[in-house]
Amino acid sequence: MKISLAPISYCWSKSDVEHFYQQVALSNIDTVYLGETVCSRRRELKFNDYLELAKMLKSHGKHVVLSTMALIEAQSELNELKRAIDNGDFSIEANDMAAVHYAHQAKVPFVCGPTINNYNRTSLNLLHQKGMYRFVMPCELSQQWLNTVINQGDKPAFEIEVLGHGYLPLAHSARCFTAKHYQLPKDKCQTICQRHSKGLLAQTQESQPLLRLNGIQTQSAAQVNLINQIPQMIDMGIDYWRISPNKLTDVAMGSELAHVLAQITEDPINSKALITKQFNDNKQASIINHHCNGYWLGLPGMDYSLEPNSPAR
Amino acid sequence: MELLCPAGNLASLKAALNAGADAVYLGLKDDTNARSFAGLNFSAVQLAQATKLAQSQGRKVFLTLNTFPKPGEEHRWYQAVDLAAQLEMDALIVADLSLLDYAHQHYPHLPLHLSVQASATNLGALSFYQQAFNIERAVLPRVLSIKQVRDLAKVSPVELEVFAFGSLCIMAEGRCHLSSYVTGQSPNTGGSCSPANHVRWQDSGSDKLTRLNNVLIDKSEANQQLGYPVVCKGRYVAEYDHDAKYLLESPTSLNTLSLLPELAQAGIKSLKIEGRQRSPAYVSQVTHVWRSAIDTYLASPESFCEQPQWSQALAKVSEGQITTLGAYERQWQ
Repeated sequence: MKISLAPISYCWSKSDVEHFYQQVALSNIDTVYLGETVCSRRRELKFNDYLELAKMLKSHGKHVVLSTMALIEAQSELNELKRAIDNGDFSIEANDMAAVHYAHQAKVPFVCGPTINNYNRTSLNLLHQKGMYRFVMPCELSQQWLNTVINQGDKPAFEIEVLGHGYLPLAHSARCFTAKHYQLPKDKCQTICQRHSKGLLAQTQESQPLLRLNGIQTQSAAQVNLINQIPQMIDMGIDYWRISPNKLTDVAMGSELAHVLAQITEDPINSKALITKQFNDNKQASIINHHCNGYWLGLPGMDYSLEPNSPAR
Repeated sequence: MELLCPAGNLASLKAALNAGADAVYLGLKDDTNARSFAGLNFSAVQLAQATKLAQSQGRKVFLTLNTFPKPGEEHRWYQAVDLAAQLEMDALIVADLSLLDYAHQHYPHLPLHLSVQASATNLGALSFYQQAFNIERAVLPRVLSIKQVRDLAKVSPVELEVFAFGSLCIMAEGRCHLSSYVTGQSPNTGGSCSPANHVRWQDSGSDKLTRLNNVLIDKSEANQQLGYPVVCKGRYVAEYDHDAKYLLESPTSLNTLSLLPELAQAGIKSLKIEGRQRSPAYVSQVTHVWRSAIDTYLASPESFCEQPQWSQALAKVSEGQITTLGAYERQWQ
């Protein structure tokens, strides 16, 4: 199992993004997804800027995938999508069926991102025939779901990626919730979402953190944390453990995990036991920091449970 | 322009037909559709009755199969397709790739409507489904502005259906996990958004509380009316703020009566009324109003204007008694 880094889902300044990927270039992280997936009004970095970053990361030995938009409504967004597909060098992450359509037409291999509705093996096989070489499991699905899918018939002909750490992308809307909060019309939003580098937290009237508003995207208030599940995930044959970054230190965490995972390949039995012990320490931190792992365990997504079937809430 | 109405049971189906629906859509009594509520929907026998009744009056009847087959249980969804084909229903409303494929392979003459849960909002996505499964029609998610609907209708390879009236989903449908984040069940996986067994109404002093799996969705004074607790229509407190606000959307319903001429001119084939979970009285009321609005428009398109009694009648059955144009209106976005 390798570590992958999801595209930054927030609106960061160009210099922050560049600084972030310079750190990524120096890390042990294997695969990097790059590009704007949430809102086409965010123009801090243009397509060519991302392409430059992609080339820089590639030169540092990273596997780079260009990510595309999750919600495509306008012709201009379709044009931008086709441009990404026709980049001539990198494969793409399809986050809308339009990307599947055009990538298939152009014979460009693609990863299906978490917003493509893959809910069963037959659908996955069908997309594989269209050119999908990897899929990121939709975030509301569970370990049990994935086990069933993996064991239905032959070994899957595509790779499997699961979001292991970060805020969950729960929904996309036509409405920009950040602009609404600041009472700005969407067409004159001043990309106000830049003010919130990890989204705007929304809590219930009982101060329970519930959601993060990130422009037109709604994320979970709790970060998913499946570090404790890594040994099992390796046994299941999951290929990539995805980190959705919201701060620079996520790169260091990913780099450290990648280092540990590399050791597992060399000395599987001893390393796994060691890692299990190390990861047990992570449990305490998870409870304190309001992490969640419910989806993976077949529970409400917001739940954090130490063991399967015993909700800790 | 087709008027497509919801039917949660035979009484609602009759109400829709009597009030002038051109077509009705309905689901089976299980989680093969996203309105899987207790006491709702049709058994196989009732489905046969419903189909016969609608078709004998020259109306169409569509089977909603808009959830995603669960691994290991796919046969239940496939059986539903077989049943619809056997009953010679007029179309299937489907979102899942494997199910579209199954229906297309086995029953190429059974028309396929791409469900809103497939979240196809653009030419590329529509082309994909048309070329792969020969879909005849697509239902557009409630995320496009009227201009975007018009632009898409000009180039769409398939007929388009839009939501005209009813509960308002503000997220790209089929890709919203808010319900499962809180309850463990989503429309895609469990067959409903905010399942009723997770809903709790509480009195707390002079306040009324609504909870979804214990999470406080809204709180109001006893005399205020509270909507059904869906996560996107709750009142929350934003970071750096003190007051609880409807940060995503308030409890409102979609009403596009005023857009009827524009939708007709755009070439929209079908207007969908939401609400299979609502009562026969709702279905009757809403269908009556929309029937007369469509007929009025068709009789004299140039002089069409929204009549106050229509809106008054619709407001009575709307959530929070407030209606909006939702994403059709750019300002709302």
